[in-house]
Amino acid sequence: MTTLPSSKPTMPPLRYHVQHVTEYDYDHTVTLSQQLLHLTPRDSAYQQCLYHQIRISPAPSESAEHADFFGNQSRCFAIYAPHEALRVSAEFSVQLSARPTMDSLPASTPWTVLRDMLQEQASQHLEACAYLYGSPKVPCSPALADYASLAFTPDRPILDASLALTQQIYHDFEYDADATDVSTPLHEVLHNKRGVCQDFAHLMAGCLRSLGLACRYVSGYILTNRDAGQPALIGADASHAWVSVYCPQYGWVDFDPTNNCLVQHEHVTMAWGRDYTDVSPMRGVVLGGGGQRLKVSVTVTAIGDRAPAVQLPL
Amino acid sequence: MSLLLTSYPRQPDRHDELLTETGEPRQHWQALLEMLAMEAPAEMRERAESVRRQVRENGVTYNVYADTKGLQRPWDLDVLPFILPHEEWAGIESAIIQRAQLLNSILLDVYGEQQLLQQEQLPPSLIHGHAGFLRPCHGIRHPDDIALHFYAVDLARSPDGSWWVVADRTQAPSGAGYALENRTVIASVFPDLFRDLNIQRLSGFFNSLRDSLNHWGRECAQRQSALDARIAPLSVGEQPLTVLLTPGPYNETYHEQSYLAGYLGFPLVQGNDLTVRNGVVWLKTLSGLKPVHAILRRLDDDFCDPLELNADSVLGVAGLTDAARRGNVLIANSLGSNLLQSGALLGFLPGLCERLLGQPLQMPSVATWWCGEPLALQSVIANLDTLVIKPAFPQIQERPIFGADLDAEARAALIEKLRQAPQNYIAQEMVNISQAPVWDGHGQQVSARAVGLRVYACATPQGYVVMPGGLTRVATGLDNRVITMQRGGTSKDTWVTAPHSMAYRSLIRHTTSSRDLVRSDAFLSSRMVENLFWFGRYAVRNHHIARLLRTAIHYLLEFSPEHRAVEWPTVQQLCVWYGLMPPDEEDDLGHAIPTTLSDEDIEALLVAAVYDSGANTLASNVQHFFHLAFKLRERLSDDNWRMINQMSQRFGQGHAEPTLSDALEQLDETTLGLVTLAGFTLDGMTRDHGWRFLSIGRRIERLQFLCILLLRALAMPVQANLDWLLELTDSIVTYRARYSAQPEWLPVLDLLLMDENNPNAMVFQLKGLAKYLGQIGATYSSGGEAERISELLTQLRGFDPDATLCQGNIQLINWLNATYQASLQVSNQLNLRFFSYSGR
Repeated sequence: MTTLPSSKPTMPPLRYHVQHVTEYDYDHTVTLSQQLLHLTPRDSAYQQCLYHQIRISPAPSESAEHADFFGNQSRCFAIYAPHEALRVSAEFSVQLSARPTMDSLPASTPWTVLRDMLQEQASQHLEACAYLYGSPKVPCSPALADYASLAFTPDRPILDASLALTQQIYHDFEYDADATDVSTPLHEVLHNKRGVCQDFAHLMAGCLRSLGLACRYVSGYILTNRDAGQPALIGADASHAWVSVYCPQYGWVDFDPTNNCLVQHEHVTMAWGRDYTDVSPMRGVVLGGGGQRLKVSVTVTAIGDRAPAVQLPL
Repeated sequence: MSLLLTSYPRQPDRHDELLTETGEPRQHWQALLEMLAMEAPAEMRERAESVRRQVRENGVTYNVYADTKGLQRPWDLDVLPFILPHEEWAGIESAIIQRAQLLNSILLDVYGEQQLLQQEQLPPSLIHGHAGFLRPCHGIRHPDDIALHFYAVDLARSPDGSWWVVADRTQAPSGAGYALENRTVIASVFPDLFRDLNIQRLSGFFNSLRDSLNHWGRECAQRQSALDARIAPLSVGEQPLTVLLTPGPYNETYHEQSYLAGYLGFPLVQGNDLTVRNGVVWLKTLSGLKPVHAILRRLDDDFCDPLELNADSVLGVAGLTDAARRGNVLIANSLGSNLLQSGALLGFLPGLCERLLGQPLQMPSVATWWCGEPLALQSVIANLDTLVIKPAFPQIQERPIFGADLDAEARAALIEKLRQAPQNYIAQEMVNISQAPVWDGHGQQVSARAVGLRVYACATPQGYVVMPGGLTRVATGLDNRVITMQRGGTSKDTWVTAPHSMAYRSLIRHTTSSRDLVRSDAFLSSRMVENLFWFGRYAVRNHHIARLLRTAIHYLLEFSPEHRAVEWPTVQQLCVWYGLMPPDEEDDLGHAIPTTLSDEDIEALLVAAVYDSGANTLASNVQHFFHLAFKLRERLSDDNWRMINQMSQRFGQGHAEPTLSDALEQLDETTLGLVTLAGFTLDGMTRDHGWRFLSIGRRIERLQFLCILLLRALAMPVQANLDWLLELTDSIVTYRARYSAQPEWLPVLDLLLMDENNPNAMVFQLKGLAKYLGQIGATYSSGGEAERISELLTQLRGFDPDATLCQGNIQLINWLNATYQASLQVSNQLNLRFFSYSGR
């Protein structure tokens, strides 16, 4: 969960290489492990996958891929051989193309009009309907609608209001990795005004859906802040999350409340869904194992960045 | 007749099932009324008594969640059947078939192309906003386009005499098994009437259900072996493996599930009995993994698969969704079918029926408004007095609220709640449902109660068929508007007369082929044998604990601290070993500091060791034993079960501050109960591999105890009295009969170690253990356990009594230590080979 540099790099590289390593270390032998991965980047108008590989150790006894309900590529695998540790490494590179800036997204539909359209002409916006209601991690509530109403003043264009809400969350909330974990409920985040990118994405999605608007949760990666000339630190990065707002004129437009920005070309998209539960990079069931230690390391490198990568001391 | 009906209440605002508007009995009830009028009053008393007895003896129960005392509530069954004439039934049957077809089509569409959303036949909020819409289940394909295999519908009759649908049950309908049991009981108390009225049998329906699931299961079997060459195709005449998946013994209808499983001949399995490999579901049995072809589930949708659905579920099978997606297993009903079990859908059905089936909906639903539609919400709020508010989705567990019952404050609160989350609620018109005769046991006459009817349908390759009967549910006396078995309602057998004479078919399947006998053992699940093993161990462990505590209390009561000083430390050490008393404290160097406890301290510790609910007391061990027994209910006889039930209940009764003499009484009763159970085990259980695992568990536990006991006792000072040792091992009577002298080590050790005739001797335990391990090894390949035990047995038999059977003999000490280690290893090996949930 990382934040962008306050000033954007002047010449953003458009190709990224990402390595996402998940390692489990178990107290006792695991006799059966079944896992479900969302570790394949999505192709879109703004993103093209150039190379992708998932390596699993110990070698899976079986493995299969399928596209989930939201169109994400997911892979399930199982290991029958007894093992004490599990390592899943996803490595890929993508090419991004520029997304529209706010200047090129003028006069979007007033959000109140859009809300009524989604209610009254739902069949014409079926794709949006999948992201219109509460979900396991994002229950709708009047409190969320209240919080959003500061940015969502009547008749304000949906994208202007969304950017305002992005800024509002950025200013009102403090980034604090110790304040929450994956099970922290949304109302607590709203109350304590602290959290990480996942919380802020859930919060923003909850705000929009509580107003009757459609909003996706997007998971992916972002190029992190580095001092010029410093080598990239392998594994120092993390997964990231932001939201995508439905706007009939322009399609889905991504906002990043953690970094206070309209998503441009630093964000690598992996998967989207209603919330984290739909797209978690890795979830699974193991038999045995006892206690476990989890280590996740993510490295995002801009291709063409000359600085050599060095291994972080473990 | 008039006498019987003197206090039968007439209610002008309800339809009466028994009487016409003019007060005449309806034709289909006349035979029953005439019979009752002609016979002596005692006859009905006997019938009612017989019904009660049969329900009790068959062990028909309905569990109530979160109520440990109510876990065993007997099923409530009225002696009078609910009778329907076949002319009327034909209409119900046809309407239910149509409705099942309709709901099946909706299910296919919502989890498939979603044309109904595109065509605005269904509002998207009803699907995408429904917590029961399981996205991972989207795209699952179904053989013959059937996703709804087993369907139930709750009907009620309105004042004008027409039937209405109150609710649909599309996920895992319960009650069909109870209907079957009701029939067995009620048909037996009205044998002549049942025959004369020519009542339609239920068995054909269940045969259809079984045959249809097997039919589609066979398709899955073909698919499995086509995709994976290692899976052999079904041989000619071989049945596909269909299992009934239960949430487990704590589910409210567990009894029914085990009954149905037995009746249909499907193994009753829990989630951890199954495992998914390469998209195929396997049953873990003693003899390895067997491919499963169809699953009749009683587990809720989202609990079925922790990998893709609710990650918190411990009841499901990881990978089940993927297996269904690949078409390798038939799941009845399909995952995600809970979606349709929503009152919010009712209002859309007439339009959907026209659109999907091209015909008008035959049976209307009770007028229902889904508050998720803004116009409906306004109208609901305006007409609250005449409506009942219910949750729209099954995930929302709230009781129905009757608008008419509310005062101004509660009414305002309800309206606020509806406005906050309108999509979560529906409003239904209040219907004065019909009343039917029930037998009033106190007044010995016919009384009346409101009734509702649950009707069942199952899919067959030739279309849906409807069970000719169903579960009639009777409202509690207090509130005629609410019918629920959860809150203590009664049920009735439902009789549908036959249009023409139908051949008599027994409910009981008479033809059991030798195949079936082989099957029952082949599908002995790993979980079942593990439970049997631990059941055996805990039965013996509790016996030891009870005897040990009794010995300790006797020492305390009969001897002063000085007089018991020689033996007491050993007794106390054994109590510590079982965790019944706290261990000695240790000094900085790890040496035990001998604690000198006062008699009062010891008394308090011993009483606590009997009664406390904490870990390692007799009470908690008995509780654990009870839970193991509960999981084995279908294998335990009623007597067996009653004994265990009583034993566990006695710990919960009274004794705010139990005394030492209360404790002694409790220990005597517990010991007696466990001895009786041991007798059942010996006399009453079939010698199959399950029984062998139970017996192995008993013997391993006994061996461990004897090893520890003798190792400690042999370390006592030479002047120690050995009476307590014989008392504790239940060998005192034998010893006295043989030696009539103060016990000495040589004869005591001979009796406890080497006497082949003493069932409490180690040689006897080892002999049995080697035999049972050998028998299991012969079936499932040897793991070397039997050989290990036989070796110890040979060593023991080779001892020279004069040289070995005395204190301080190193050979004896080594042998006891080796035997103890072997018992631990055998237990672990069995665990790895047979119980390990990872399968093999």
